[in-house]
Amino acid sequence: MLVIDSLFKTFFPGSVNERRALVDVSLTLEEGDFVTVIGSNGAGKSTLLNAVSGRYTADAGTISIDNRTVNRLKEHRRARYIGRVFQDPMAGTAPNLTIEQNLALAERRGLSRGLGPSLGAKRRERFRTELRALELGLEDRLSAKVGLLSGGQRQALSLLMAGFTKPRILLLDEHTAALDPQRAALVAHLTETIVAQGRLTTLMVTHNMEQALALGNRLVMMHEGRIVFEASADEKKKLTVPLLLDEFAKIKGATFDDRALLN
Amino acid sequence: MIGALELGIIYGVMALGVYLTFRVLNFPDLTVDGSFTTGAAVAAAMITNGQNPVIATLAGGGAGLIAGAVTGVLHTKGRIDGLLAGILTMIALWSVNLRIMGTAKEGSTVAANLPLLRADTVYTPLRDAGLLRTWAGVAVLFVAVMALKLIVDWFLSTKLGLAIQATGDNGPMIRSFGVSTDGTTILTLAVSNGFVAACGALVAQYQGFADISMGIGLILVGLASVILGQAVLGQRFIWVSTFAVVFGAVLYRLIIFYAMRVGLDPNDMKLVTAALVVLALLLPRWGFLKRIPSLRGRGGKVPPRDAPPADGPAPSVDEPVGATAATTPGEGK
Ligand SMILES: Nc1ncnc2c1ncn2[C@@H]1O[C@H](COP(=O)(O)OP(=O)(O)OP(=O)(O)O)[C@@H](O)[C@H]1O
Ligand SMILES: [Mg+2]
Repeated sequence: MLVIDSLFKTFFPGSVNERRALVDVSLTLEEGDFVTVIGSNGAGKSTLLNAVSGRYTADAGTISIDNRTVNRLKEHRRARYIGRVFQDPMAGTAPNLTIEQNLALAERRGLSRGLGPSLGAKRRERFRTELRALELGLEDRLSAKVGLLSGGQRQALSLLMAGFTKPRILLLDEHTAALDPQRAALVAHLTETIVAQGRLTTLMVTHNMEQALALGNRLVMMHEGRIVFEASADEKKKLTVPLLLDEFAKIKGATFDDRALLN
Repeated sequence: MIGALELGIIYGVMALGVYLTFRVLNFPDLTVDGSFTTGAAVAAAMITNGQNPVIATLAGGGAGLIAGAVTGVLHTKGRIDGLLAGILTMIALWSVNLRIMGTAKEGSTVAANLPLLRADTVYTPLRDAGLLRTWAGVAVLFVAVMALKLIVDWFLSTKLGLAIQATGDNGPMIRSFGVSTDGTTILTLAVSNGFVAACGALVAQYQGFADISMGIGLILVGLASVILGQAVLGQRFIWVSTFAVVFGAVLYRLIIFYAMRVGLDPNDMKLVTAALVVLALLLPRWGFLKRIPSLRGRGGKVPPRDAPPADGPAPSVDEPVGATAATTPGEGK
């Protein structure tokens, strides 16, 4: 499904600002896996997602989707397989276009965009049905500009758009972080529904440990560019927040010890 | 006065082109100063060499298409800043334009101007029928430019057109849905400059000559048309916007016409144009003409406007937010 093999990424190599954002990261997602990714600031989580989506090119390693290596595919070509939702609610939608126009854009993921009409009665009907499922009343506001929506509404719409065409992979980067707790819960709930309905293979970054435990069937922890802890489906069921914190403290100590040894 | 109207309508073609880059793509394209003259030069040279004026005009537009694509490639593939990419093409075109006009001048490889006074132009049928510089002539030109406006409206409503709109609105987002924004950017710049160059060809034939300096400052004329038109008529819908920019082009010509009437010199017109654009930029800040779209918000893809996000992205809307298409037939008074 999604195979990430020995991925490396260093920013500003060889300079004083050198940042090793990904160090030998390998991760395999089977069809339908929903992996949550946690880790401290600067651990490389966003870099990992950006490398998978093609926004950044990795220095070494391979990424393959359905046994096809996509390393050389540009971001917009990989987009055929990959849906994304970003942390910033402004990032996932076009604010000056209407809700229906945004959905029409999402509907053509990976397909050619020619001179046919972008909207029509049939499409609108489908959009209404899909929007109704969000239970935000957006189905009655098809021709409202998306910029008029609240952050939570926009993020829900982004999520719907990202999953609209059932992409092979869904990448979520702290997509609830900018929302207030109530809206965050709503969007988290929607995430579950959309992932479950489309049986989407998902990689979700979050800083919220509870969320990382509540959602998905697997969990990985990153630290300083590496995957330092992995919980399989069975292991994850038994995990709790204190256990995770413990794990995290251990890892921090370990890397510290490593360094002490090296010196 | 009728002459100013006719010329204003012809310049509407240019305004539609500038609208595509400046408003839709969110890209201030300075190529137009050069490509306008390129269109004029190509058409004038071909007409002088005995070519059919309609074909000559289309070829002029085609040359602009190429010029726009060059700017687009410089910007996207070459990663050169958009303003600089436009300036580079514009300056390069100066030399190219001299050469193009040179092809129609005996005993010379370059020419700074070409007269078209006795040649057949696209306006010859109108002139022969005695319609030029009458209200009928105005009507004919208006219908022609409105047809072009409808084509632009249609184009922007297609799947491709929507992808172009999204490119201007949120590039990273539409890339994540599989659109090559490099492609849409190059295409839009090409189409825009095609319009501008075709307009150059039409203006050269209307005034009876092509001149190397006829495009200087054209970008400001384009901006003035877009900003003035949208300030008066709004920009709620695309079909309103496209009509507004043609209207703005006419309004601009009328302002220039009256400025000359009150004794200003043609040489002062660049100053008048710049002053118009500055006014249009500053007035909204002082609370006049709230409808004038904010140009200062350019740069950020999702510009934080002065207003709270609730009505930020729809600066032209006077009605309460949430009013839908159906409830605003009077939009654009
Ligand atoms: N575009 C970039 N240019 C330079 N350095 C970068 C870039 N993106 C990330 N980095 C660096 O790479 C490292 C990993 O960053 P990344 O954004 O992947 O972390 P993260 O795990 O997503 O952190 P956060 O939880 O804060 O979002 C950091 O040290 C960061 O400074
Ligand atoms: Mg991050």
